Amino acid sequence: MRKLTLAIAVIAPMLGHAASAEDTVKIGYIDPLSGGGASVGEGGLKTFQYLADELNAKGGILGHKIEILPLDNKTNPQESLVQAQKAIDAGAHYVTQGNGSSVGAALEDFVTKHNTRNPGKEVLYFNYAAVDPSLTNEKCSFWHFRWDASSDIKMEALTNYMKDVPSIKKVYLINQDYSFGQSVRSDARKMLGAKRPDVQIVGDELHPLLKVTDFSPYIAKIKASGADSVVTGNWGQDFALLLKAAADAGLKVNWYTYYAGGAGGPTAIKQTGLDHQVFQISEGIPNSGNQAAMDFEKAFRAKVNLSLWYPRAVNEMHMFKAAAEKANSIDPVKVAAALEDMKFEVLDGGQGIMRKDDHQFFQPIYISSFGKLAANEPFDEENTGWGWHIVSRVDTPQAMVSTTCKMTRP
Amino acid sequence: MLELIVISTLNGVLFGMLLFLLSSGLTVIFSMMGVLNFAHASFYMLGAFFGFQLTKWIGFWPALVLAPLLVGAIGMAVERYGLRNTHKHGHVAELLLTFGLAFAIEEIVSMIWGKSPLDYRVPALLDFPAFTIFSTNYPAYKIFMLAVSVIIFVALLIVLKRTRVGLIVQAALTHPHMVGHLGHNVGRVFMAVFGVGSALAALAGVIAGPALVTQSDMAASLGPILFVVIVFGGLGSLPGAFIASLVIGLVQTFAVALDGSLASAFGPLDPSSGPSVLTDVWNVTIAQVAPIVPYVLLVLILIVRPMGLMGTRET
Repeated sequence: MRKLTLAIAVIAPMLGHAASAEDTVKIGYIDPLSGGGASVGEGGLKTFQYLADELNAKGGILGHKIEILPLDNKTNPQESLVQAQKAIDAGAHYVTQGNGSSVGAALEDFVTKHNTRNPGKEVLYFNYAAVDPSLTNEKCSFWHFRWDASSDIKMEALTNYMKDVPSIKKVYLINQDYSFGQSVRSDARKMLGAKRPDVQIVGDELHPLLKVTDFSPYIAKIKASGADSVVTGNWGQDFALLLKAAADAGLKVNWYTYYAGGAGGPTAIKQTGLDHQVFQISEGIPNSGNQAAMDFEKAFRAKVNLSLWYPRAVNEMHMFKAAAEKANSIDPVKVAAALEDMKFEVLDGGQGIMRKDDHQFFQPIYISSFGKLAANEPFDEENTGWGWHIVSRVDTPQAMVSTTCKMTRP
Repeated sequence: MLELIVISTLNGVLFGMLLFLLSSGLTVIFSMMGVLNFAHASFYMLGAFFGFQLTKWIGFWPALVLAPLLVGAIGMAVERYGLRNTHKHGHVAELLLTFGLAFAIEEIVSMIWGKSPLDYRVPALLDFPAFTIFSTNYPAYKIFMLAVSVIIFVALLIVLKRTRVGLIVQAALTHPHMVGHLGHNVGRVFMAVFGVGSALAALAGVIAGPALVTQSDMAASLGPILFVVIVFGGLGSLPGAFIASLVIGLVQTFAVALDGSLASAFGPLDPSSGPSVLTDVWNVTIAQVAPIVPYVLLVLILIVRPMGLMGTRET
């Protein structure tokens, strides 16, 4: 009898714990919180925590509170899998990650295998920034959803803009040496070659990912090549330091970038004095002119003291809530089914759609330039007094690309 | 092309001199104690973080003096209360002590200052282009870094070769017992050298912090290169460390500047053979392999000349 009481005494709290764990929706946030990617990783974490607080204040998702579990993957695919397992062990059925397509590919594979081996304990992977096209093409998985535009969509839009700028004659490509950087490089070569055969590619550089601390040798090379424009997919410190070195050397070219707005980027641009010479492609900017988005931006900045760098994270979390409500469940399989072909009004205005074929979200895309602000553009970046200004908008139908994905469904 | 060569030479010499500031201390400590100090790069990192913090409180120039002094004091304490006690248990114990210390310092630094890069700015006084060569600006701060490194190098050389203190240090390196019998306190000499070595590393940290990135993994990313420098130059040899630092600095900078690949040397492969591992190897440029070039040099020197360029004993 005593033994039985003891067993109950031991087991009962565990059952109780399991029940309460089911009450909160835990989302494992697996991104770099140390090393070269830390600045972007910490910004992302603050964004997701803000979004979780925002949803919780309105009653959470179907009455469940949302909790973000911060897990440091050091931008390392192997480490990410350890962290994903940690998230699952802590009771998370959702993981979200963005920085590094190499990490994205590893996580997608991990989640897919995990779900095959553990039916009934499925985990969904919400990708908010790993943009290697292969994740929704040859490697596509039912358990992966991507809210960021993939690299080929971005390059399509960027080159459509570049083809109408006659001053571009010599282009230099500099990218990080891993799957994403390589896809930017090959897409740029292919698309620029097709749309502007007269443009000369005078340099094509791949450098180690998040390892370079001084870009001045690369800048000297860009300078020597006589390029008038640089195309780069660099993010995090790889962009900030690249621009910092350019500022030091006084390199004056036009920059066509994916991620110029990341931490340190705006400061370096201002320092170089490149007024509206740095272009960025994104799914939204602070000065989008959309009132709801600008109100959100204002509230976000007031609380987090950062500019909203991930409008797609807002779309992700709000859409997660909408999908769970549509399915009337927080069960990952039902949420996944509800997300497929779901239409959604995105933060910066316009309708987006989560395509069923490959789980890629399609949305309006903006090209913006960084420089002095107009009267109706209230938001600057990093206290530089300069901010983003929309130069071109691509609507959802024009931002769609085909896929080779053959998805296996459970 | 000429522009690229001049700029790359400047950048390479600068990086090389920075490496020398670090490796000089490391190599002297090695010849003294016969033990590689794994925590040496951590003192460099401490220098950068102390420099950042003191710059915030009292400005860059006092920080430039105070931070190395503080780190030097920490280094002396490590020698006096750590290494000297473990010395009697042999080299392995000493090695493990410095190894553990490196991890401890990294963790402490990230606990205090966080893991993301700090906003450590170049002082306003030096934030302007020093000169323009062929339309490229060269920042004044880099010239300042170069000047500091050269001054330290010359000062170190004079102290070691021309003063009585240098004489005793050199003697203590090779014949500690004899120096002791002559009435000098060898323990104190070791402690002072360890302190000065740490302070030099910290000085490198203070001046490199604003130019490179100040964050908690900076020791881990620089440490391996340091070992390359001192093995390449010859363990325990100051002139060796100097030459090796410049060689590594220049090689790394110029490797980035070169675009040559097997494909450009021998022409592209037949496209009909399709993509394979061979096409990857064939098309990889020297610039892409730049980060591993120092380690290739390390392997080569160990094969060809195991004692290093100027070393006198086998590593």
